[in-house]
Amino acid sequence: MTRNRVRGRLPVVLVLPAVIGLAFLLVPLAGLLIRTPWASLSTSLSAEVGEALRLSLICASLATVLCLFLGIPLAWLLARSGLPGRGFLRALVTVPLVLPPVVGGVALLLVLGRRGLIGEHLDAWFGISLPFTTAGVVVAEAFVAMPFLVISVEGALRAADPRYEEAAATLGASRWLTFRRVTLPSVLPGVVAGAVLCWARALGEFGATITFAGNFPGETTTMPLAVYLALETDPDAAIVLSIVLLLVSVGVLAGLRDRWISGPT
Amino acid sequence: MTLKADLRVTRGTFTLDLGLTIAPGEVVALLGPNGAGKSTALRALAGLLPLTSGHITVGESTWDGADAFLPAEKRPIGVVFQDYLLFAHMSALENVAFGLRSRGTRRHEARAEAARWLGRVGLDGYAQTKPRSLSGGQAQRVALARALATGPSLLLLDEPLAALDASTRLQVRSELGRHLADFGGHTLLVTHDPLDAMVLADRLMILEGGRAVQTGPPAEVARQPRTDYVANLVGLNFYRGTAAGTEAGLDGGGTFTIPRPVDGPVHVVFPPNAVSLHAERPGGSPRNVWPVTVDGIEQHAHTTRVRLDGAPNVLADITTATLADLRLRPGDALWAAVKATEVHVYPA
Amino acid sequence: MSRIANSVLVGAALMLAGCGSGGQAATASGTVTGDVTVFAAASLTETFTRLGEDFEEANPGTKVRFNFGGSSALAQQLDQGAPADVFASAAPANMKQVTDTRTITDAPRTFARNKLAIVVPKGNPGGISRLADFADAGRKIALCAEQVPCGAASQKVFELAKVTPAPDTLEQDVKAVLTKVSLGEVDGALVYRTDVRAAGDKVEGIEFAESAQAVNDYPIAPLAKAPNAVAAKAFVDFVLSGEGRAVLSAAGFDHP
Repeated sequence: MTRNRVRGRLPVVLVLPAVIGLAFLLVPLAGLLIRTPWASLSTSLSAEVGEALRLSLICASLATVLCLFLGIPLAWLLARSGLPGRGFLRALVTVPLVLPPVVGGVALLLVLGRRGLIGEHLDAWFGISLPFTTAGVVVAEAFVAMPFLVISVEGALRAADPRYEEAAATLGASRWLTFRRVTLPSVLPGVVAGAVLCWARALGEFGATITFAGNFPGETTTMPLAVYLALETDPDAAIVLSIVLLLVSVGVLAGLRDRWISGPT
Repeated sequence: MTLKADLRVTRGTFTLDLGLTIAPGEVVALLGPNGAGKSTALRALAGLLPLTSGHITVGESTWDGADAFLPAEKRPIGVVFQDYLLFAHMSALENVAFGLRSRGTRRHEARAEAARWLGRVGLDGYAQTKPRSLSGGQAQRVALARALATGPSLLLLDEPLAALDASTRLQVRSELGRHLADFGGHTLLVTHDPLDAMVLADRLMILEGGRAVQTGPPAEVARQPRTDYVANLVGLNFYRGTAAGTEAGLDGGGTFTIPRPVDGPVHVVFPPNAVSLHAERPGGSPRNVWPVTVDGIEQHAHTTRVRLDGAPNVLADITTATLADLRLRPGDALWAAVKATEVHVYPA
Repeated sequence: MSRIANSVLVGAALMLAGCGSGGQAATASGTVTGDVTVFAAASLTETFTRLGEDFEEANPGTKVRFNFGGSSALAQQLDQGAPADVFASAAPANMKQVTDTRTITDAPRTFARNKLAIVVPKGNPGGISRLADFADAGRKIALCAEQVPCGAASQKVFELAKVTPAPDTLEQDVKAVLTKVSLGEVDGALVYRTDVRAAGDKVEGIEFAESAQAVNDYPIAPLAKAPNAVAAKAFVDFVLSGEGRAVLSAAGFDHP
């Protein structure tokens, strides 16, 4: 209160668009909630829905782990190494963001499919075939979601003071130790934010997943796929499924927020 | 095991060219204005910046040279950075233990040693405190403990007291002096504060434009500055000139009578409190007397410093009583007088 | 390969782009002019694009805009009030969904029939020749999901043939199935005959007897409150004409 009085009133130029922006994000959500046939909610929650939900959560989490493993080092490379052509690489990394996910799925098939550039050899040598498997879902989701993590972590790394890394070096720390003990903890908020974005994007992934991994209940049918197909015949069921996905994801994110994001600052 | 360095670094239009020798136990202060190359020299010694040419050797081992470069993490060094750069997510103890852990000391021993160091710098009971909860002076002491805990051969201090307020600074400076006296390795102190340098260092090196312009014990540098920058640091009126017998013609205009005969290029110095100001031309004992105009007046704690234009320009410290007598205002015409015996002259 | 990918994308893009039509009423009775917006099933993409060009040529001053997509998605858009002049559905059920909520000027008319065919990648690497091969779990099989028309039709033929298929994936539409076949990701699939033909030489089609019992009717109707009612009717008539029939036959559709 006191501070508010000192700083004066909030500028309308900021508040008005902010309120409109909030409404823009929340009103469609409200529409979904209003149209939800709550009465049929419990009957709609069949075993199949539970399976799709479980699969969605597992795949999105595994995809996030995969993105963390590959994405953090990539972000470090983009932010810290003196690699030539970094600007171009950075632009390339964002390609999955602008690519229609279906095209991403086709691209994955062309590379990792049974007849794909790499997939052909995976199949011939190791008998590994990614399409139509749960692993394929994870790959498709990771492909689409990774840029969120990389951009977020790279931003945090670029904002972090590299002199702390120099200080660690003068204390005898190797670059790997420095990365682990000094750099990574200092950009942890960025990593968490990126992982949350990444997880949320993976959870809602549809186009690349259905194109690359197909759709089979218990194997590759995640919630968004179930929602899409339910929409074909029973829009009410689709709304219920969307609400379930929404509630679970909001619940998970809120839980994480308490645990990680709003920790001591 | 003397440290011998010939630091040559070229970055853009700036060139650092500095020969440096530090004996074991010796504290050398590198003093100079901003942009003189102090930080470049420190970074080169730390291994954060490779030399363009030259070398750094400590005893038998070469840290940097024509065909060898030891990166920072391989050098037995400790660095106290200007803003300390304590790792924010680690406790004070973990910060101090970090160097030991990095160099392979086991966790338990490293923590015990770190705790001893925290005790040594007077921070018992702060082991679990995070850096953001430490005061400036405490953070500085943690940074010192962190740098010394690994038992470095070379201790580099980069403006170690610059971030402290005046009262804390006094105390931390004397503590730092004690720790440096106990430290058996080589110490390089980089600073732009002459007082820190005078108090803490055995030897001063004045760096200007990437080159050492003067080297010597603090007392000598303070008495016989060789550049305007140093003279300004130590608060002396400083002139270049050419002497013939007991007369010295100054390069910037004016002539001084000097206490003993010299011939050739000389530096002429005298303290501002050796200058007296008069409304009328004074007579009497042999004096250097010349007309001046008041350019500016600054009030200090116990004296008033007056900047005067003339041949030569001069700084005068006068008492408040004199100030009241003369009722000085900028633009006033006065006479400045300095006794020949107060003037210190030495070959340039 | 890229053509299949393209058609998948074009379908998706049109689904997004096809909203809003600047229809103008006919200037005088009998004169067809202005924009006519047609919502058509994705399986009609090639034929209707062609028919649209022919229609524009026959009626100078007209412009046909298409919104191709899954029939049920289109029906849903129409139910939510999407402005359109004509709806051509791949299934009577979706047409009914629209006619139930939106009064139509003329009763829907069946303008084409389609039947299923087995489709395999070029060279038939899986050695599939009949429906019974779809029960082999060792082969990779793609089918349409039962929620979409081609999936419902597939289910029907498998019941008739007393075959329990072992699919690896249940795709959201025919184009997605074809993508998997043409890329060789699956050994066989069931799609419409027209789709096999449209996919060209990337795939091979195999006809089978049971398909005759699961024929899919394509109804078309001009919509009530059509922004351009005259042109809407003219377009429907054009599709039903001999000229329209010829184009549809060439694409593999049967006549009703």
